[in-house]
Amino acid sequence: MLSTRVIPCLDVHNGRTVKGINFLDLVDTGDPIEQAKIYNNLGADEICFLDISATLEQRKTIYNVVSKVAEHCFIPLTVGGGVNSNLDFDILLKSGADKVSINSAAVKDPSLIKKASDKFGSQCVVLAIDAYKDKNSSSGYSVSVHGGKKKTGIDALKWAVKGVEYGAGEILLTSMNSDGTKSGYDIKLTKLISESVSVPIIASGGAGKPLDMVSVVLQGKASAVLAASIFHFGICTIEEVKKEMKKNGINVRKTW
Amino acid sequence: MILLILDYGSGNIKSVYNSIKQVLKDNNLNYKIIVSNNISNINKSDYIILPGVGSFGNCMENLSNKPGLLDNLEEFVFIKKKPFLGICVGMQLIAEYGLENGKTNGLGWIEGRVKHLDIQGNLSKEKLKIPHMGWNNLKVNYKNKLFDKVNEQDQFYFLHSYFFEVENIRNILASSYYGMSFPSVVCKENIIGVQFHPEKSGNSGQKVLINWLNNY
Repeated sequence: MLSTRVIPCLDVHNGRTVKGINFLDLVDTGDPIEQAKIYNNLGADEICFLDISATLEQRKTIYNVVSKVAEHCFIPLTVGGGVNSNLDFDILLKSGADKVSINSAAVKDPSLIKKASDKFGSQCVVLAIDAYKDKNSSSGYSVSVHGGKKKTGIDALKWAVKGVEYGAGEILLTSMNSDGTKSGYDIKLTKLISESVSVPIIASGGAGKPLDMVSVVLQGKASAVLAASIFHFGICTIEEVKKEMKKNGINVRKTW
Repeated sequence: MILLILDYGSGNIKSVYNSIKQVLKDNNLNYKIIVSNNISNINKSDYIILPGVGSFGNCMENLSNKPGLLDNLEEFVFIKKKPFLGICVGMQLIAEYGLENGKTNGLGWIEGRVKHLDIQGNLSKEKLKIPHMGWNNLKVNYKNKLFDKVNEQDQFYFLHSYFFEVENIRNILASSYYGMSFPSVVCKENIIGVQFHPEKSGNSGQKVLINWLNNY
């Protein structure tokens, strides 16, 4: 049986890890390489890096981070943030990333998804969607870009379907309304997208306790759950999350 | 000993390199790892790993495009009978042909063909996502040293939309289940293929890699 993946996410800024509340107030929590090794040992099924550096120059630090982590952690690594060309995909994959996520640049130019999946295979193209509640949108959700700072009004459901048609192999779906709140994932959003596309959905934004993971898998039909704060700040461990999931009948990779 | 990771333009070469390097270090094996598609390197190797990410057709084309590469690889496998390990698409290429984006002939080392996972509609019926992505178990069909210290708890990382439909069940060392049972480890004498990514399967993957190096 396939296990539901538990994925800690490291937000990296200029080569250091941060976790912001609603993507704004940045708090430094340390060295991404050491953190990744710790998560690997603690049973992470995959590790996600999101580079939120502002400039191209600062962004180069992520290559070194990915390359160092890949030397020690033999689990899948997903890297995103500021990706806007096949060259970015190429450098990140060569640094040791297994999957690369693309967000704002794909909204601006959807053909980037197709170019990347044609060249590198859709298995390594993750479409990251930052969705916010929007009454004017037919699905009730729209897509924001630039770390949630810019609302586009583009329907999130239509965008997800289109992204998969263009070759995305997975969707990393973040609820901007839930992100940083620790009040649970947006189950309605996750279910809506998951039931409309054939590829796996990673639910993100809002995890506050292990039961939140259970709900978004059982009700939201997520294939994987991603969280940052609750793991970084020790609110719960990956093992506690997996045990809660297992208790509720969800298949997990036993790492304890 | 020389271990060659065949570099034919497929992705994830570095992951395989990193993982093998760690396995060798952990087991105090002083092997040399070469990442290359140079024919002279094929001829002096003791082990060859064929990684594979991407489509069957692309990978096969890249392998065939290098003059002499396939001849030398077949000499390594069939005349010298040295250990060969195919990973993911590298495993699928062992088949007679693949049906990803049209029919492409494979290496034909193990009888069978590569088909889409949802060929019988089982996955859609159960609303299972494609690709099959994530950690899954192995059901061992035949005892093999490859599975030394591998137990039921061990899971392996899979990422694929196609599977190797193997003709002869004797060539299927282990199977996995996703909407249907499919071969996850295939074997014919010195030829081994794994559908999962041992280089991305944490300790479980490291165990399979060292077992391969120690026993083949």
